[in-house]
Amino acid sequence: MSMRIVIAKPGLDGHDRGAKVIARALRDAGHEVIYTGLRRKPSEIVRVVMDEDAVAVGLSTLSGAHNVLIPKVCEELISNGMGDVIVFAGGIIPESDRDYLYSLGVRAIFGPGTKTSSIINFLEIISDRKDSQLDVGVGEKIGWRWS
Amino acid sequence: MEMVLSQDKNIVLAKQGNRRELARLLTIIESGERLPIEESNESWVLGVTGPPGVGKSTLIGVMIEEWVRRGEKVAVLAIDPSSPKSGGALLGDRMRMSSADTGESVFIRSLATRNHPGGLMPFLDSMINLLSYCGWSKIIIETVGSGQSEIRIVAFANRIMLVDGPDRGDIIQAEKAGIIELADVIVINKSDLPNSDAAAISIKKSLEYSNKGDDTIVMLTSSINNNGVSELIEELENLHVDKDRSILRTKERLLSAWDHRLLSNPSLDEILLNIESGALNLDEALDHL
Repeated sequence: MSMRIVIAKPGLDGHDRGAKVIARALRDAGHEVIYTGLRRKPSEIVRVVMDEDAVAVGLSTLSGAHNVLIPKVCEELISNGMGDVIVFAGGIIPESDRDYLYSLGVRAIFGPGTKTSSIINFLEIISDRKDSQLDVGVGEKIGWRWS
Repeated sequence: MEMVLSQDKNIVLAKQGNRRELARLLTIIESGERLPIEESNESWVLGVTGPPGVGKSTLIGVMIEEWVRRGEKVAVLAIDPSSPKSGGALLGDRMRMSSADTGESVFIRSLATRNHPGGLMPFLDSMINLLSYCGWSKIIIETVGSGQSEIRIVAFANRIMLVDGPDRGDIIQAEKAGIIELADVIVINKSDLPNSDAAAISIKKSLEYSNKGDDTIVMLTSSINNNGVSELIEELENLHVDKDRSILRTKERLLSAWDHRLLSNPSLDEILLNIESGALNLDEALDHL
C-alpha cells in the first residue's frame, strides 16, 4: 500500500545522508516521500505534514536535541488535530532516551545499522494497523510500538 | 448521497481556512473523485516550466515571499516524477521553498506524476477550482520540467513562465520543444552567474526571428539575491492574457483526459501482455481499448 510520508530534519543538524537514504528506500518501496530539507522548526514540519496530507512523518536527528525537538513535533501534531499521524524517528538516539519518546506516541526508533527493509516492514505494519483501526497515530492510545 | 453531503461540509471548512480539510480534499481529488464545486474561469494560474536544475522551485520560493508581502494568498502545486519501476516518488520541490512553511498565506502541495505523461493529469483542473474557491488568489503549477509534454501546461494554466539558466546552451532545446512560442514570460534565472546576459540576448534574438519579439517578455532574475524578482511579479501582474491559444488549450485538455482514460482502463495490463506476446498488434489493441 503506497503512502505519503514526510521525512524531516528538525533543528540545527547539518547531516542528512541518513534521511536521504531513507527517503530513497521508501521511494523504491513505492511510497511518495516528501523531504523537508535541513534545519526545520517543529512548527514547519507540522505544517508540511498537514498541507501534504501525509500519513506518517519520520524525524531524523543526530544533533542530540531529540528530547526537545521530537516532543515538540508530537505535541503540535496533536494540538493541530493530527493525532492520527504516525511518528517515527531515527538517527543518534541513545537507548536511555527512547522510552520517554515512546511514551509521547513515537511508534518506532531506528538507530545506526538499521536495514532499510526493517523500516519498510514497519510501514507495512502501520498501514495494516490503520486499516484495522488499531491505535498507531501519535495521539492515539500508547502501547503498541515496532520492535 | 451522504458522502457528497459530508464533503460539502468539508468544502465549507476548507473555504473558511481549515488547511487540513483543504489538504484532505486535494487527496480526494487526486484519488479521482470529483467535488461538487462550480467550475470557474476566474482563477489566476501560472504554469512554471523549464529544464531541471535551472532553479524553478527556488525562484517560486522567492516569488511567494514577494506576493505575500503584497497581500496575496499563494498556492503551489509542485509536480515531481514518480518512479516508473516502483511507483514511488521523491518529492523535493518544497525544500527549496522553505520560507513558505510558516504563515497562513502560503499553501504548497507536492504531487507525483503517477505515470501520467508530463505529470499533468486532468484532475489538476479540479484542484485549481478548489484552491480558487477557497480564496487562493495566485495559483502556481510547477511542472516536472522535461520533455515535450510540458506543452500540456497550457491546458491548465492561463499564464506560462519558462525558466532557463545561463550558459546552458539549451535555448535550442526549448525551441525544439515549442514551449518558447507559448511562454508569456521567459526568465533567465541565476543572473548572478556569468553569461546570463548573453543567454537573454540569444532568446530575444530567437523570438525576433519568429516575429514574437513584441509580446514575449524576457527577464533576468537571481533567487539568491532577489534581483529582478519584484520586477518579474510586476510583469506577471500586468500580463495581458489573451494569447491565441484557446484551441491549443482545448486540444491539450482533451489529450490529457484521453491519456487518463487510457491509463486507467482496467484491461490495460492484459492488453499490454497481449501486445507483448504478439496476440494483438497496436491497432487491434487500440480498437480493444
